[in-house]
Amino acid sequence: MFVVPMARLAWLSVTTPETGLANYRDVLTDGVSLTVIWRTLRMMLVVTAVCLLFAYPYAYVMTVVPPRTRAVLTTIVLLPFWTSLMARTFAWVVLLQKGGPVNDALAALGLGDVRLAGSATGVTIAMAQVMLPFMVLPLYSSMRDVDRALVPAALSLGARPAVAFLRVYLPLTLPGVAAGTTLVAVLSLGFYVTPALLGSPKESMIAQLIAVKVQDVLDFGAGGALSLTLLVVALALLGLVARFVRPGAALGMSDEGDRR
Amino acid sequence: MPDHSPGAGVRVRDLTKRFGSAARPAVDAVSLDVRPGEFMTFLGPSGSGKTTTLNMIAGLEGVTGGEIRIGDRDVAALPAHRRDLGVVFQQYALFPHMTAAQNVAFPLRRRKLPKAEIAERVARTLDLVRLGDHADRLPRKLSGGQQQRVALARAIVFDPRVLLMDEPLGALDKKLREQLQIEIARLHRELGVTVIFVTHDQEEALALSDRIAVFNEGRIEQVGTASDLYERPATRFVAAFLGDSNAFEGTLSGGRLAGDGLDLRAPATDLPDGSRAALIVRPERLRLSGAPGSGDNAVSADVTDIVYQGAFRKVLIRFGNGGAGCVREAIGALSDIAPGDRVTVHWSPDHAVLVPA
Ligand SMILES: Nc1ncnc2c1ncn2[C@@H]1O[C@H](COP(=O)(O)OP(=O)(O)OP(=O)(O)O)[C@@H](O)[C@H]1O
Ligand SMILES: [Mg+2]
Repeated sequence: MFVVPMARLAWLSVTTPETGLANYRDVLTDGVSLTVIWRTLRMMLVVTAVCLLFAYPYAYVMTVVPPRTRAVLTTIVLLPFWTSLMARTFAWVVLLQKGGPVNDALAALGLGDVRLAGSATGVTIAMAQVMLPFMVLPLYSSMRDVDRALVPAALSLGARPAVAFLRVYLPLTLPGVAAGTTLVAVLSLGFYVTPALLGSPKESMIAQLIAVKVQDVLDFGAGGALSLTLLVVALALLGLVARFVRPGAALGMSDEGDRR
Repeated sequence: MPDHSPGAGVRVRDLTKRFGSAARPAVDAVSLDVRPGEFMTFLGPSGSGKTTTLNMIAGLEGVTGGEIRIGDRDVAALPAHRRDLGVVFQQYALFPHMTAAQNVAFPLRRRKLPKAEIAERVARTLDLVRLGDHADRLPRKLSGGQQQRVALARAIVFDPRVLLMDEPLGALDKKLREQLQIEIARLHRELGVTVIFVTHDQEEALALSDRIAVFNEGRIEQVGTASDLYERPATRFVAAFLGDSNAFEGTLSGGRLAGDGLDLRAPATDLPDGSRAALIVRPERLRLSGAPGSGDNAVSADVTDIVYQGAFRKVLIRFGNGGAGCVREAIGALSDIAPGDRVTVHWSPDHAVLVPA
């Protein structure tokens, strides 16, 4: 189901317009493709980091509030699923555009005229918001499983709050961090709509480039080569994350982690 | 163990905790002195404030009012991680991603002890709780009893002056519980550490404690040795909470307690004339005689049931005023009665206690 089109894409990428690795050579040498791939990766890292930054405390709060507040918080996270992606992105366009409320607010704060819509910053904000549920939910589910007595226990044993967090809480929530970051990273790699609408054409992401190649220029070979490159990068990232944050095996786990 | 850490005293004055806008404080002006090296047990029903009090002493719960001194130090300004107290939690609270040895090493590493000393102390303490061969197991590979021993080892390995335990045996079955009770008593003896132990199991409290503080609705009703509490309860609650008791209510006047068709001799008391009071007599202090009658230290009753309990039998009775009571008789000193008989129960004045009603 998924393999057949992928195989066909791979086939196209080495046969069209002529047999050989020319398409891949182009990816590496045409200047545009590499820039776009690099820009996409950077965007992915930033979006994932921003998501993690907001989602970690948010998910934590969800585990400590009473059930009714938790229901409200969950609804807020899931809200994006109830509106269409297009609608949300357009909402961000309205909010972030020149002369829009966010611009005005920033100007009022004395931050001057910050360009948001049509910029990488705008895309980051909108994408991070869209991705938030994919980060919050895995984090929440791993935090919920952490025994509430562990941090008090660490404190009573002489750990400063920051140390209790680093040695006890964080290691136990790493599986959630791994799941969330992987999801968000992979999803933002293939993201098309938001960068297309909110970003500037001069800062297009790889998904847009592929669309241009396939739809406008009808260069299926180049599109295929780009797609496969994207896939390989995504898989490599997955592997990397899985290797770094093997569930539970981290920071607090090893005796050596503590050595100074 | 070569380096004893003699325990510190714990002094609590008017300690109060109010959660949010709750009408009744969870802990209400509790005052208590735990002597250095003493084994003090907090005993009381669920929700009576035992855990909250313990957590305030540990620094894990904020204090609404009052004072806590550990040794000669006011700990108000000390956060939990600087109080140097061992805490054992009901559900063990072992770090699941660390082995038994790493769990026990945790407090020592926080104190930045040299590696060799840490290894030596961890091994010694695991031996002390008989877990020497399980050092490298993760908690989930240990039984409940073994996990609690690791928790115990972790709480004592840094020689705290006070050990706080919140229902540490609550999650274990009866046999394991008794075994660990013996072990805890031994550790207390050998280490000389002050212990504050929370339970709502009376037998456990009686078996382990030097003294017991009985909690009820956020207050301490009475502090005393097991026999103090049993023989001389200070309140109705203590009398009812620890073991069975017979109570006769009335109004005090001129050394007598009258009411409900009874007129009994009242033991010496500080309660003023005219106040309501209850006379408490323990079941094994009552004697039965066949003929009905009443007097200074006697009331009449109907036998409702007789229950044999090994070396004792329990005679359930109903007094003339409708109140229920019971008498405990040792096998070998049985009176000749049967359910339905009308009898007289009497007692020696020394064995009656007067408490406010
Ligand atoms: N975090 C909290 N927020 C609000 N109320 C609380 C909180 N913790 C405890 N309470 C309330 O404070 C009172 C005392 O609770 P505490 O846990 O100290 O009782 P306990 O004697 O330890 O009971 P148990 O034997 O069930 O453990 C209870 O009425 C409880 O509902
Ligand atoms: Mg409790």
